[in-house]
Amino acid sequence: MSREQDYNQDLAEIRSMMERSSKFLSLSGLSGVLAGLYALTGAYIAYYIYDFDPGSANSSAVESDIILLTFLVLVLAIGSAVLLSYKKAHKKGERVWNSASKRLLGIVGIPLSAGAVFSLILFYAGSIGLIPSVTLIFYGIALYSAGRLTFNELSVLGLLQIALGLNAAYFIEHSLLLWALGFGVAHIIYGIYIHIRHER
Amino acid sequence: MKVSVNDLHKAFENRTRLGIMSALAVNDTLDFNSLKELLDVTDGNLASHIKTLEKEGFIGIKKSFIDNKPNTKYHITQEGKVAFEEHLNVLEAIINSQK
Repeated sequence: MSREQDYNQDLAEIRSMMERSSKFLSLSGLSGVLAGLYALTGAYIAYYIYDFDPGSANSSAVESDIILLTFLVLVLAIGSAVLLSYKKAHKKGERVWNSASKRLLGIVGIPLSAGAVFSLILFYAGSIGLIPSVTLIFYGIALYSAGRLTFNELSVLGLLQIALGLNAAYFIEHSLLLWALGFGVAHIIYGIYIHIRHER
Repeated sequence: MKVSVNDLHKAFENRTRLGIMSALAVNDTLDFNSLKELLDVTDGNLASHIKTLEKEGFIGIKKSFIDNKPNTKYHITQEGKVAFEEHLNVLEAIINSQK
């Protein structure tokens, strides 16, 4: 009986099990597109409605409103990612909360928390111009490491965010634009790519 | 090198056991429920296959308590790693020789 076993099938199952058990592949691509749209909308509101520009010293914005706006964008983006990933996992008959997603959260959690605290410190120290850069860099580091545990393409997105972040630190006068490019446009392109490549 | 199916380790003939080894090869540890979800098997079925692999010395068990509930974590042993890699090599060689 064992002779007739299809050894190719054995190898295919081993490969699939290794990937399924160590990678979280339910991360939704569409939620990346949504996160990008929220970020672009947020940047638009901040710049055109509140007249907020982190690059210029005499920003007239009401700071508490900008913080509120940032949190709103963050909550919407994370909310969509969790909800759509949950639906995607459900469709594949998998659980969202598995060993791979737990490890993924652990890996992105540390750089993101450090970045968030650093941004708050900059905010209270009055160095608002550096915040777009700091958020891009720490987010990029988180994505770069996360790529090993989910789609590898996430690492490329991470490198791009780091590069944009470094540019934003140097060209502070364009930091909001670079932030919108990273969190907005790059997310949308990444999301569409993942959707076409892995979700159809 | 001539390979034959006799070189394949008997412990890996079963798909579930092969699945357990594959999952543990790429994870530091996994608990019983994670393995159960990955393999989509019943408690009893999984427990018996785990026991077989444990007897071979291919996997190790670490018991602990989380919130007073017992939690059993499984990991691959050095011996298990070597045997699993050897198994993959033989599988590959057989497939290549069939071409």
